[in-house]
Amino acid sequence: MTSALFFIVLLLIAVSIWQITKIFELSQGKKVPTQIADDNDNDWNGKLMMAFLFFIYGITIFSFWAYGDVLLPVAASEHGSDYDSLMVISFVIIFIVQTITQALLHYFSYKYRGEKGKKALFYADNNTLEAIWTIIPVITLAGLILYGLYTWTAIMNIEENEDALVVELYAQQFNWKARYAGSDGVLGDANVRFLQDFDGKNLVGIDATDPNGLDDVVVQELHLPVGREVIFKMRSQDVLHSAYMPHFRAQMNCVPGMITEFAFTPNMTTEQMRQTPDMVAKVKKINKIRAENSKELIAKGEEPLEPYIFDYLLLCNKICGASHYNMQMKIVVESPEDYEKWMKNQQTFAQVIQ
Amino acid sequence: MSTVAAHAHEEDHGHHHKETFITKYIFSQDHKMIAKQYLITGLFMGIIGIAMSLLFRLQLAWPEQPFGIFEVLLGKWAPDGVMDPNVYLALVTIHGTIMVFFVLTAGLSGTFSNLLIPLQIGARDMASGLLNMISFWLFFLSSAIMVMSLFVEAGPAAAGWTIYPPLSAIPQAQPGSGLGMTLWLVSMAIFIASSLLGSLNYIVTVLNLRTKGMTMTRLPLTIWAFFVTAIIGVVSFPVLLSAALLLIMDRSFGTSFFLSDIFIQGEVLHYQGGSPVLYEHLFWFLGHPEVYIVLLPALGITSEIIATNARKPIFGYRAMVASILAIAFLSTIVWGHHMFISGMNPFLGSVFTFTTLLIAIPSAVKAFNYITTLWKGNLQLNPAMLFSIGLVSTFITGGLTGIILGDSTLDINVHDTYFVVAHFHLVMGISALYGLFAGVYHWFPKMFGRMMNKNLGYVHFWVTAIAAYGVFFPMHFIGMAGLPRRYYTNTAFPYFDDLADINVLITVFALIAGAAQIVFLYNFIHSMFYGRKAEQNPWRSNTLEWTAPVEHMHGNWPGEIPHVYRWAYDYSKPGQAEDFVPQNVPLQEGEEELQH
Repeated sequence: MTSALFFIVLLLIAVSIWQITKIFELSQGKKVPTQIADDNDNDWNGKLMMAFLFFIYGITIFSFWAYGDVLLPVAASEHGSDYDSLMVISFVIIFIVQTITQALLHYFSYKYRGEKGKKALFYADNNTLEAIWTIIPVITLAGLILYGLYTWTAIMNIEENEDALVVELYAQQFNWKARYAGSDGVLGDANVRFLQDFDGKNLVGIDATDPNGLDDVVVQELHLPVGREVIFKMRSQDVLHSAYMPHFRAQMNCVPGMITEFAFTPNMTTEQMRQTPDMVAKVKKINKIRAENSKELIAKGEEPLEPYIFDYLLLCNKICGASHYNMQMKIVVESPEDYEKWMKNQQTFAQVIQ
Repeated sequence: MSTVAAHAHEEDHGHHHKETFITKYIFSQDHKMIAKQYLITGLFMGIIGIAMSLLFRLQLAWPEQPFGIFEVLLGKWAPDGVMDPNVYLALVTIHGTIMVFFVLTAGLSGTFSNLLIPLQIGARDMASGLLNMISFWLFFLSSAIMVMSLFVEAGPAAAGWTIYPPLSAIPQAQPGSGLGMTLWLVSMAIFIASSLLGSLNYIVTVLNLRTKGMTMTRLPLTIWAFFVTAIIGVVSFPVLLSAALLLIMDRSFGTSFFLSDIFIQGEVLHYQGGSPVLYEHLFWFLGHPEVYIVLLPALGITSEIIATNARKPIFGYRAMVASILAIAFLSTIVWGHHMFISGMNPFLGSVFTFTTLLIAIPSAVKAFNYITTLWKGNLQLNPAMLFSIGLVSTFITGGLTGIILGDSTLDINVHDTYFVVAHFHLVMGISALYGLFAGVYHWFPKMFGRMMNKNLGYVHFWVTAIAAYGVFFPMHFIGMAGLPRRYYTNTAFPYFDDLADINVLITVFALIAGAAQIVFLYNFIHSMFYGRKAEQNPWRSNTLEWTAPVEHMHGNWPGEIPHVYRWAYDYSKPGQAEDFVPQNVPLQEGEEELQH
């Protein structure tokens, strides 16, 4: 039924376009149609070019007005604010350039629309102009490159240090696991060869002969203490995955056969993030949408949707197969005390395989 | 050299070959016929590619809703009319493959390089007509295999158009990685062979068969673009071929080039010591230049059309050539910006950020030169001209966001989100498609001897232009919101519930854009048979193809090949009676050539 409707709409659009064209042709009177633009065509298309400029501006403003609130909220990691300010600066530059160049392009298309008998200016070259619009991008980009590289080095330069929490993120089709290093602070050796040991209880393939691994803790929900650097070691057991934690401005691929790294310091607990005005508004909006959708579900006799509560997310962001779209893990950022309390209740590898 | 070749042809010309239907329309060695074959095959593939995008847009706007159209087209892959996640991935994969390679590489560059290189440089045909014919038929064969792969039992390749292993390498990982992937790889290997034969032919033809007086600095910018594109293709396509061959080895012969330490479906596989990151390097060594293989011909076409229709010389000819060369060079050393977070050394990321952002400089020069060419022109707003201006607009809009994605830092959070999808669709997808459309409207009279309907052209442009921005502008926002691409649905994350409206809006615009292409197809086919007969030089253009007769003939020109006395951009030159002076008109007494 829907598809029939869809086809009818498509057909109607096609027919209406066809009719409009016919009207154009008729309105051109008895002139022989040459299929080459004449003064009339130049005139109305030139005006439309100008209108199109306002369409571009309009859709920009509309998108910010209507969709500005879907953008990511403030970053929840220490490097996040550097990331965000680089992003804002880049966007300001982009908007300035976009506004000016599109204006020139479309205004010239309108202003210089052709007329019979008019002659264009023979203007083939001007070295000064060329130099200007080579040098201005060079300077702008030099600034952006330097600023970008400075931030990049700061983020990616991972120094091993005593205080940092080492966590392994382990990816497989289609779920995530996390492994904590335990009291010794060292992750035990691991390899996919060990996955079948202990009747499949060895969830991430820890080498049971490595003493460092015995106190490791494997969990399905990532808990992080606020204010402490976390060094992530990523592994994958089957295909490429990507550990994407948008609120922390963090992402790194998980590659079978190698260990990749990323580090950040979370600086806002889940609870604090829930309290930010942006997030309160967003959650309210989402729950309004969910309530609407639930009404339809209830009418169909199905279970309504649960109300949404914000949690940090770890998403898979590298195509990995059928359930790629649902490969996720909840991240909880909490006070160090709550974290310790939670950690005490987890089983170590030694306990699991007993 | 060029004159010798010309004379050799001269003698050959005159006595008529017996032409049968098969040698004229099917196994033709005439570059004009081959161009038409490329165009029509490309358009056919384009219909498939665009239709696929509409199907998965429906799924994204109304996730897991039954659609009768799915049942009709996808059959058992859409039980009760609800699209299967594997099929969603397959559609995304084949859409990308078809649009990038089959439509925008072969359909765009193949068509116009073949049509225009001999005609614009003043040659009887390509350097090797036979290779040219083989090139097209290899392309046709690879298209046929790609289409065939849609009908295999487990479905076509579904690992994304980049087919990263191990997902693409092990059939246990997803159904599409079985026979479907084998066919994909075979099809691409043949496609690469076709592309290489074509490119070598273009390079040799441009270097050796230029008519008398056609120096490199008098070449139209179209030819410069095609020539440089062919060089990039020859440099980078073989690397993709090697990646494809190694992947075939891993898949079928048990080698471990890209695979290591894999446990899947309860079993440890034997692969040891390979690295998927190696594949990524090999793939993107072609993959990024490929963007420019797609885009440069479109920019070349646009340069020609904007100058002709502005009735003005292209501004800064030498700067335009230099920027093509600079883009071509830089395009081969920026591939790593697709891999900032692949696990490669962060220092490499810094290097690739540097080279990547440098590309913005020649691109900015090009954009400003186009704008200056419009300034104080006498713009003839033909459909081809509208699409060319539209190209400059989307090239700027899409190119600017490249500054964000090319910056390794900013890439961390927008990598593989819809922000990327919006960026590359605008800057290479839509821009290159506009280049293709502009080229078709402009050279249709040359190809088919008839004119396309301009009013249908206007409708086509304006609806497409609005819908294209309508699709891709809001898409930046869902990307910035953190929504990953290649998600079958985003209902698994309540956090993204507020993006549902935007997805509906995007799909509605996509459907409108799709409908507008029906207008184009109708116009194309109808005009081919019933269009108004074209005059010899309808756009009053300077380049040599318009000095050839409207009726196609072997050897392009009756009698001698025209000689060239000036560059291609003497539009509205002071002291001339007309506002254009074709390249084959000798300089007047006392006239300066004004080379720029």
